[in-house]
Amino acid sequence: MLEIKNLHVKVEDKEILKGVSLKINAGEVHGIMGPNGSGKSTLAQVLAGRETYEVTSGEVLYRGKNLLTMTPEERAREGIFLAFQYPVEIPGVSNLYFLKTALNAIRRHRGLPELDAMDFLALVREKMELVQMDESLLHRPVNDGFSGGEKKRNEIFQMAVLEPTLAILDETDSGLDIDALKIVARGVNSLRSDERAILLITHYQRLLDYVVPDRVHVLYDGRIVKSGGKELALELENRGYGWLEEEAKVEVSR
Amino acid sequence: MATATDKIQRLVDKEYEYGFVTPIEQEVFPCGLNEEIVRMISAKKNEPQWLTEWRLKAYRYWAQLERAGAEPRWANVTYPPIDYQSIRYYAAPKQRKRPRSLDEVDPQLRATYEKLGIPLREQEMLAGVAVDAVFDSVSVATTFKEKLAQLGIIFCSFSEAVREYPELVRKWLGSVVPYTDNFFAALNSAVFSDGSFVYVPKGVRCPMELSTYFRINAAQTGQFERTLIIADEGSYVSYLEGCTAPMRDENQLHAAVVELIALDNATIKYSTIQNWYPGDKEGKGGIYNFVTKRGKCLGKNSKISWTQVETGSAITWKYPSCILVGDNSVGEFYSVAITNNYQQADTGTKMIHIGKNTRSTIISKGISAGHGQNTYRGLVKITKSADHARNYSQCDSLLLGDQCGAHTFPYIDVQNPTAQMEHEATTSKIGEDQLFYCQQRGISAEDAVSMIVNGFCKEVIRELPMEFAVEAQKLLGISLEGAVG
Ligand SMILES: Nc1ncnc2c1ncn2[C@@H]1O[C@H](COP(=O)(O)OP(=O)(O)OP(=O)(O)O)[C@@H](O)[C@H]1O
Ligand SMILES: [Mg+2]
Repeated sequence: MLEIKNLHVKVEDKEILKGVSLKINAGEVHGIMGPNGSGKSTLAQVLAGRETYEVTSGEVLYRGKNLLTMTPEERAREGIFLAFQYPVEIPGVSNLYFLKTALNAIRRHRGLPELDAMDFLALVREKMELVQMDESLLHRPVNDGFSGGEKKRNEIFQMAVLEPTLAILDETDSGLDIDALKIVARGVNSLRSDERAILLITHYQRLLDYVVPDRVHVLYDGRIVKSGGKELALELENRGYGWLEEEAKVEVSR
Repeated sequence: MATATDKIQRLVDKEYEYGFVTPIEQEVFPCGLNEEIVRMISAKKNEPQWLTEWRLKAYRYWAQLERAGAEPRWANVTYPPIDYQSIRYYAAPKQRKRPRSLDEVDPQLRATYEKLGIPLREQEMLAGVAVDAVFDSVSVATTFKEKLAQLGIIFCSFSEAVREYPELVRKWLGSVVPYTDNFFAALNSAVFSDGSFVYVPKGVRCPMELSTYFRINAAQTGQFERTLIIADEGSYVSYLEGCTAPMRDENQLHAAVVELIALDNATIKYSTIQNWYPGDKEGKGGIYNFVTKRGKCLGKNSKISWTQVETGSAITWKYPSCILVGDNSVGEFYSVAITNNYQQADTGTKMIHIGKNTRSTIISKGISAGHGQNTYRGLVKITKSADHARNYSQCDSLLLGDQCGAHTFPYIDVQNPTAQMEHEATTSKIGEDQLFYCQQRGISAEDAVSMIVNGFCKEVIRELPMEFAVEAQKLLGISLEGAVG
């Protein structure tokens, strides 16, 4: 599904990703953890096509195609979804209208007929139920004045409607109360299937209790310094990242 | 690497579509302004003595202001001094005789309006819209006149109104905007050449939209038109004006005056889609649009509603206003003003509450891109007599990129303690973050910009008559979309 090979990324002459390699197969859920500033969001944004970040070397293949030459909207239409760490407010554009425009752009790209208002509403109702989104949020401008938790839930709601092939969640669990966390987990789990893959960026083992990952990676100073099974998350929670620093040094000097 | 600002700019740049010149034989006056020119304009139109005198008084007043250097400078716009002696004050297509029917209108002129999307043959027109076509200084055709006349509605060029209905013109001309009102109103009063005249008799609801299409064609020429609309008791009329001009390197002056009068229980809805040539990307050329528009709600329960979509002009200086004299009268102002490249707009409204229970609503949406500067300037005045007056004002600004600017100057003058005033203002910005967010959801950057702009303007667009809402949306699309890359 996704293969990242030795990816180097810089922003304003500062190297942030220093050779990241990662392979995710269809059907898998991977978790990425790592201290603040280690480059997790950078990785997510680069995968989504943000231009601010310059890829200096490396390769990314998505379903066998070179991802890096695709525009952000092409990537989205090809099934990549990023739940933003900081969802953006778009005043004046209703959430519902925004989502319908997005869904129809994706459907057009795939040669499917656009959904009419009735069918779209039916779909929206179903997904709203799933993530228990308040109906009033649909009619408000996108994320405008939403609480932190509402914004995160709105990301999951959008994901549920757009049904991506590769979903990247950047700290969607941060700032959520325990009930909201369960709802987000339910949204993610309902997306899980053999044809899809999910990349969860998180600081907390908590989310991984509900969405059990196949692999967990630790991003440290722009490199993946350790990968393991779901137990790795628990270990990080107990021990922090300090011990990895030692290991990383050993790695680099080797 | 393209910055967000560059990217947004590429999306909003689009060639001006109406910049062609019609090659037509013209009758022009020499450049310059003096009493002789004023008399010539008046003589050209066979005007009665009183009107010639009125023009001359206006001219003398203006000349005195000009000498005193009293051209208004308070607006938040900058431009080099205008040399009023290098402008031509009259230009008209040569016509051997006045056309009696639309079929007799010069085919060149007909072709021009067709190219602008305004066919002048009635059978080809949008059903339900009557058009007065003004070309430089004269009206070249007015459609559906007979049909409207059956209802007693007068819709004709201003010159014709002076000839055919001198009493009506004399009674109302200058009653809302006296020639002493301001520098440009004085100039217009001296040299105005044509424009539209509307009278809707008592109790008549005008069954179609009336519209005037202003076209500047001649070079070095100013356009100074005058519009006068009178809605008699219990009547209703919806009126629309549209405007375009050729692309030229030098600036051209457009200084119009519009006067509206609504008597008891009458309603006037006045919509403008202004698309004058805005100048090129470097800010060269374009129209200076210095316009005085004012309506008087003279009668009780009367209503005047201004809706404007301003996409053109190098400089816009315009404050469609309402004087709410009649008790329970209502004034409304809905505006979208766009400034791109080096365009400057200083626009807004004045709501003067005099009668009891008068109400006014102001919705102003300013969009700036490039180096565009957009200023909202508004006055809400509640006089002593205006018991229980109410005003709601909302001024929103949208910035596309980071080199443009938005400014709001809301002036409030309340002299009656029973007034209820509400004011809201927001500024938002389409930045790279928003575009990327939309793109990440599969929406192209281009569609994202127009979606955001449309969302921003919709409260105003929906005030336009249906036929024109579509046109406005297209125009917003035109001035804000464009090829990427
Ligand atoms: N646009 C940018 N300009 C300058 N520096 C940037 C930019 N984006 C990211 N950085 C820097 O790159 C580093 C990695 O940032 P990133 O957001 O990827 O970290 P993160 O792992 O997601 O951290 P957190 O856990 O706090 O969300 C940080 O030092 C950050 O300041
Ligand atoms: Mg982050």
